[in-house]
Amino acid sequence: MPVLAMIGSLVGALVDLGGPGHYVHWGFIQISWGNLIVIGLMAIVFILAIALPFPHRGGDDQ
Amino acid sequence: MTVTDPSAHSTAADPGVAADRPEDADQWTAKVRAAAVGALPPQKLLPDRQPAYVASWIYVFGVTTISALIVVIGTGMLLAIMGPNWWHVSSTGLFVNSLHLWSVEIFFFAMVIHLWGKFFMAAWRGRRAATWITGVVTFLVSVGAAFTGYLSQQNFDSQWISTQAKDGINSTGVGAIFNVTNFGQMLMWHIVLLPLAVVVLVGIHVLLVRLRGVVTPFRARTVGDGPPGDDVTTTATGEVTA
Repeated sequence: MPVLAMIGSLVGALVDLGGPGHYVHWGFIQISWGNLIVIGLMAIVFILAIALPFPHRGGDDQ
Repeated sequence: MTVTDPSAHSTAADPGVAADRPEDADQWTAKVRAAAVGALPPQKLLPDRQPAYVASWIYVFGVTTISALIVVIGTGMLLAIMGPNWWHVSSTGLFVNSLHLWSVEIFFFAMVIHLWGKFFMAAWRGRRAATWITGVVTFLVSVGAAFTGYLSQQNFDSQWISTQAKDGINSTGVGAIFNVTNFGQMLMWHIVLLPLAVVVLVGIHVLLVRLRGVVTPFRARTVGDGPPGDDVTTTATGEVTA
């Protein structure tokens, strides 16, 4: 079990999810850090999906 | 008794499509079969190749969404089979419960990127409005499916969400028939009605994509051109015509 406990603490949540949520307040906008981070990640993945070349075999183009 | 060769009325172009007997050609089954295969022949329904412009990472998020949906449905079925005592107490049940949650997270993550990609491509061009609309409706129904899922957790989180949501829902009048504090009703919506709606809508959406093909990119502008139009059309197999 100590091994499992160690793995649990290593891969567990980076932020303590047991307490009250953390929020960003900007004027009338209020959003949780969790939601803001997910939206940011989606934007990053969207940009990478457009920018990164897609691997495909040469001569495959129609 | 008349014995008819089943292949007598099928041609090489439409094997098994035509009615076995001439007198059956007017049957609604024969007409529907002919219309379905005519609109979506097997090669178009499950093509081996896609147009060259599909070779981009932005095109993988639709199928990522469907893959996540398969995991959502599969883990949801496991949760339904084993029941709340299992998913709340057993370590395996908690693991499957977490798989259900995180596959939903991936489902929405991929679906939103798919939505952004298709929005900036104006993917409704070329008689693809129905494809776009079924995608949008699927997104909205999925939000409802996720919402009722959060209400079905049977913990303080679901209690908080339902009591917060009831005022908003009641202000619309929908609360008269959709009571977010009625656990049984929300569970039935979550595990029967909304998943069925999502799966049917996704099925129609994918069939429409196969029927109309993947939307073409905007034509590159050159000096003297007008605004980018959508006068370039393509078939599902990638033939591009101007």
